[in-house]
Amino acid sequence: MRKKLWIGLVMLFLIPVFLFTVSCAQQEVKDTEETATEPEKAPEETATEASKEVEQPTEDMSAEERAALAARNMFMSEDIYFEFDKSTLDSMSQDILSRKADWMRDNTAVVVSIEGHCDERGTNEYNLALGEKRAESTKSFLVDLGIEAYRISTVSYGEERPVDTGQNEEAWAKNRRAHCLIP
Amino acid sequence: MKIISLVAFALFITPGLCHADYDYIDINNPFLRKIPIAIPVFSSLPDSKTKKPVLQKASDLLSETLEFTGYFKMLDRGAFLIDPGTAPLITPKINFNNWVSIGAELLITGGLSAKENTIVMELRLFDTFKGKRLVGKKYEGPAGDLRQMIRRFCSEVIYHLTGNRGIFNSKIAFISTGSGNKEIYICDFDGYSPKRFTNNKSINLFPAWSSDLKYIAYTSYLKGKPDIYIKQLKGKHSSVIAQKGINLAPAWVPGRFELAATLSFSGDQDIYLLTGTGKIIKRLTRKWGSDISPTWSPDGKKIAFVSNRAGSPQIYIKNISSGLVERLTFNGQYNTQPDWSPRGDKITYTSLQEGINNIFVVDIKSRQPVQLTFDSRNNESPSWSPDGSLIAFSSTREGPSRIYIMTAFGTDQRRLLFLHGEQFNPKWSPNVNNE
Repeated sequence: MRKKLWIGLVMLFLIPVFLFTVSCAQQEVKDTEETATEPEKAPEETATEASKEVEQPTEDMSAEERAALAARNMFMSEDIYFEFDKSTLDSMSQDILSRKADWMRDNTAVVVSIEGHCDERGTNEYNLALGEKRAESTKSFLVDLGIEAYRISTVSYGEERPVDTGQNEEAWAKNRRAHCLIP
Repeated sequence: MKIISLVAFALFITPGLCHADYDYIDINNPFLRKIPIAIPVFSSLPDSKTKKPVLQKASDLLSETLEFTGYFKMLDRGAFLIDPGTAPLITPKINFNNWVSIGAELLITGGLSAKENTIVMELRLFDTFKGKRLVGKKYEGPAGDLRQMIRRFCSEVIYHLTGNRGIFNSKIAFISTGSGNKEIYICDFDGYSPKRFTNNKSINLFPAWSSDLKYIAYTSYLKGKPDIYIKQLKGKHSSVIAQKGINLAPAWVPGRFELAATLSFSGDQDIYLLTGTGKIIKRLTRKWGSDISPTWSPDGKKIAFVSNRAGSPQIYIKNISSGLVERLTFNGQYNTQPDWSPRGDKITYTSLQEGINNIFVVDIKSRQPVQLTFDSRNNESPSWSPDGSLIAFSSTREGPSRIYIMTAFGTDQRRLLFLHGEQFNPKWSPNVNNE
């Protein structure tokens, strides 16, 4: 009987404590969400850079010029995607790269830069090394198809420049990429 | 009862390691039992009428600075049996029973005189059981030096209790995105006074301190690709390692103007030894695959590094003179970011398991890994304090990545500082003794 009374008293004290902690915890989450959305400017930057690369056709262009521009834009917009912690090219990537090689053969004056990127999982030193492997395996494939090595430079950005800052498999898959651009 | 436990405590310690008569802090796991310490509000020195807020502020700062080490349990001033600002400085005037009875094993009393722009501060550390003064110091200087004086006294206290000078002159470099770019910042060991070190609007990563604290080496995309910059902290001297490919994550050789870093100009990512001005001395790893993130043993004879030579990234140790390589980590498929303890016996690292990064520490002899962070999203980039007692790391436990501190045993995890943006890649500096 005495014991029950004690338990009752303890609960009386504990329940408001729990309620209080729960309401605190919720508030905390809200706070962090606000701060999380606010600062990082980096994704915006990458987005503007990407849109700069792709030129829009103008009214006075001939059908031929339009087609050439579309091919050039396709060359830059089609990324090569990788599995987690891998730099090997699957058959879909190899098809894309074969088309890129065709385009480079038709446009002999063009030099390209290949950026290697990673998702945010793992750690940034290792991802910087992995990004280079991805860019290099992409380059090697093009060179094997007969493109002159001097026309292709590579740079690794590791996990530092994601296209999608989401924290889910969909976003990560988009970020594990090699991106070709014409500087 | 308490006296008995203290005696027992003293008996278990190997006397050879002691600086003091006996060790107050068990260096094998000092955080297992925190020492209860009382720090009453300082008194005004007899010749001055220093105001209470000033006394309060100074004694609070001392209390916070000592608490940061993780060694102490700060006793609540509300339980003290004397009035604030009346704790005497002289041994015979102290009623040690007042302190023993509230559970204090150590007591610090202080006297302060703040006149115009000069402060005089006297500080004393006492063993309450023995009724004995352990440390007594007097400091005098401009008012702006208060923090410096308090840190100096803390250093004396820790030296007396542990035999080493602690962390009070050390700094922490890290990356912050607050400006919209990834720039290097530097703050004091306790997060005080963060200042921007780089301002190039590029991506800057992996800061590394030279042993003399005069240089920071880091990776930067200033010229559009990852190169290593070696920059003087005070002064304009700088060098660049800009080989073809990546120039990644430098690590200074302890006590020398040389560093190790990953370069990929040969077509393979290998670790090289370089001079402090960026000239290659020799190649340190030769296996095919990524060899990255070197960290030196304190004697400079070995490096631990990450390699994916066996398929997944794991940590290896290489003896530089014999060339012998041993694998250190076997649990999990992704172990990276090793940092060798300045005490030499342990390596902390990041392990990716089930999609989450956590910090581990492994004893080099036993090879038994111990997990230090749990259930708090991603925890990365561990970096030892110069005395090997604490670890700085980054964590996304509150959403954005920020810098946190914990003890070498994973206890007392707390945020180091709050800044706009995200912070990561913390690197704790060596100690400087002549500041």
